[in-house]
Amino acid sequence: MIGRLRSAGAPYFAILPGGLWLAIFFVLPLFVMVSLSVQTGNLITGFQQTFHFANYSHVLSTYNKQLVRSLEYGAIATVLCVVLAYPMAYWIAFFGGRNKSTYLFLVLLPFFVTFVLRTVAWQFLLGDQGLVLGWLKSAGIVGQNFHVLATGAAVIAGLVYNYLPFMLLPIYVSLERIDPNLLEAAGDLYATRRQTFLRIVFPLTIPGIFAGVLLTFVPVVSDYVNASILGGTGQTMIGNIIQTLYLTNSDYPNASALSIVLMAILMIGIFVYARALGTRDLLDAAAG
Amino acid sequence: MSQTQTNAAGGRLSGRLMQVYTWGIIFWLMLPIFVIIAFGFNNTKGKFNYTWQGFTLHWYRHLFDIPDLTSALLNSLSIAAIVTIVAGILGTGMGFALGRWKFRGTVLTELTLFANIAAPEITLATALLSLFITVNLARGYWTIVIAQVMFDIAYVAVTVRARMSGYDVHLEEASRDLGAGGLTTFRLITLPLLLPGIVAGCLLAFALSIDDFVITQFNAGQTLTFPLWVFGATRLGVPPQVNVMGTLIFVGGVLIAIASVLLSRRRI
Repeated sequence: MIGRLRSAGAPYFAILPGGLWLAIFFVLPLFVMVSLSVQTGNLITGFQQTFHFANYSHVLSTYNKQLVRSLEYGAIATVLCVVLAYPMAYWIAFFGGRNKSTYLFLVLLPFFVTFVLRTVAWQFLLGDQGLVLGWLKSAGIVGQNFHVLATGAAVIAGLVYNYLPFMLLPIYVSLERIDPNLLEAAGDLYATRRQTFLRIVFPLTIPGIFAGVLLTFVPVVSDYVNASILGGTGQTMIGNIIQTLYLTNSDYPNASALSIVLMAILMIGIFVYARALGTRDLLDAAAG
Repeated sequence: MSQTQTNAAGGRLSGRLMQVYTWGIIFWLMLPIFVIIAFGFNNTKGKFNYTWQGFTLHWYRHLFDIPDLTSALLNSLSIAAIVTIVAGILGTGMGFALGRWKFRGTVLTELTLFANIAAPEITLATALLSLFITVNLARGYWTIVIAQVMFDIAYVAVTVRARMSGYDVHLEEASRDLGAGGLTTFRLITLPLLLPGIVAGCLLAFALSIDDFVITQFNAGQTLTFPLWVFGATRLGVPPQVNVMGTLIFVGGVLIAIASVLLSRRRI
């Protein structure tokens, strides 16, 4: 009897510590942030709960430019990631032979250097007198005033660079799962390579692309490291604003409101994807 | 893959083109890493480490000459160690329970883990900071630990659960039938079977913790970790010691990854 009771409680005993941690430091804070977002006050007098929903309209009207820019950069970077990652994933999956895992390891290798440091290295490479532009300028290929840093292109390039592997891996997994007999059957039935790709391979990789888009778009839209290091004042993204409002201005209510706006936009997107894919597939994709 | 299948996937010429392309992308991905490593050996004189001045080991000898950079690196390492142990234990419990039993609350637990992984980092960061602000808890070393454990648990849990797909419950029952108690069964049967998953989850947690910037920055207060120090130094120019530390973390990470792959192969 005691043994049976113990086995019935066992899963909860194993879940409880981690579950409590997530409840207190992940779930509860989301509600606290919602509460904070409708307060008024400042750091000196303190913040009072006044259900001041005008904070939302205030941040939406004040920062809509940065919000739109973030979504725009996110969309461009995500599309570029799909376009760049697909042929590479395709080649590794179908032509990689015994070295498939070596290629994947090479793709993941940059992750062993801190994210911030990789981005700083691009700042260094793309600087006005840096390795790339310095050489191009002394060779007379581009003018002396040509610059890359502090442009939207530099920020988008940095985002694509940092998040490409998140797109590549799920696409690779979906390509790798394709039964080779399907390709052979298509060939036997006189399908051209183009037809085989468009009618068989590509449709089977759509779930991989969906997962990749989710894994790329969400972090890219909310990224502020690339915009801080590679961009200028004209490339400020929504993450930069949230960071400044929280850490520099200590304007916590508006900072929370803006963070919730961003979360809401992204969560609606995630929800649509989750409905289309099922959470289990997404979790597996997220775990790589 | 046989010849016909390869032909169906793409011809020899397009295969070649894609191969060149793949290596091109790999080169692009690696380019900043080469630069970071190379400029750790640069004999630069001034503050700016921008042009190649010749080879030196000077920065390796004077690696710890910048006291606050050194303490930031030590913070990163000690925080990652604590976080890995805590998240490793908590995450293993959750992953094991999800893989081993069907119970009321499975869906809720999976949904929480999914939301934790899928949520943008900045949401996790700002929500937790909002809690700390509301309860008036000063940010510092231990709030970084709390924050990093919070995002690492789910990764450990998912990794452990993924490795449980081949877990045979009958082994536990056999152990019980042979007279082993619950604890002995756990120690001799369950834990060794779970170990590859736990090791993989902990390595992932350690790597994510060392690398984390966003969640750490929001919840760090005045405490600095290595990525935070580097970010703060970008406007003034990053000293070569940062390149050396980046190189050492890179080499250490790669060696550990290769070792863990080789070890898991040997076990099979």
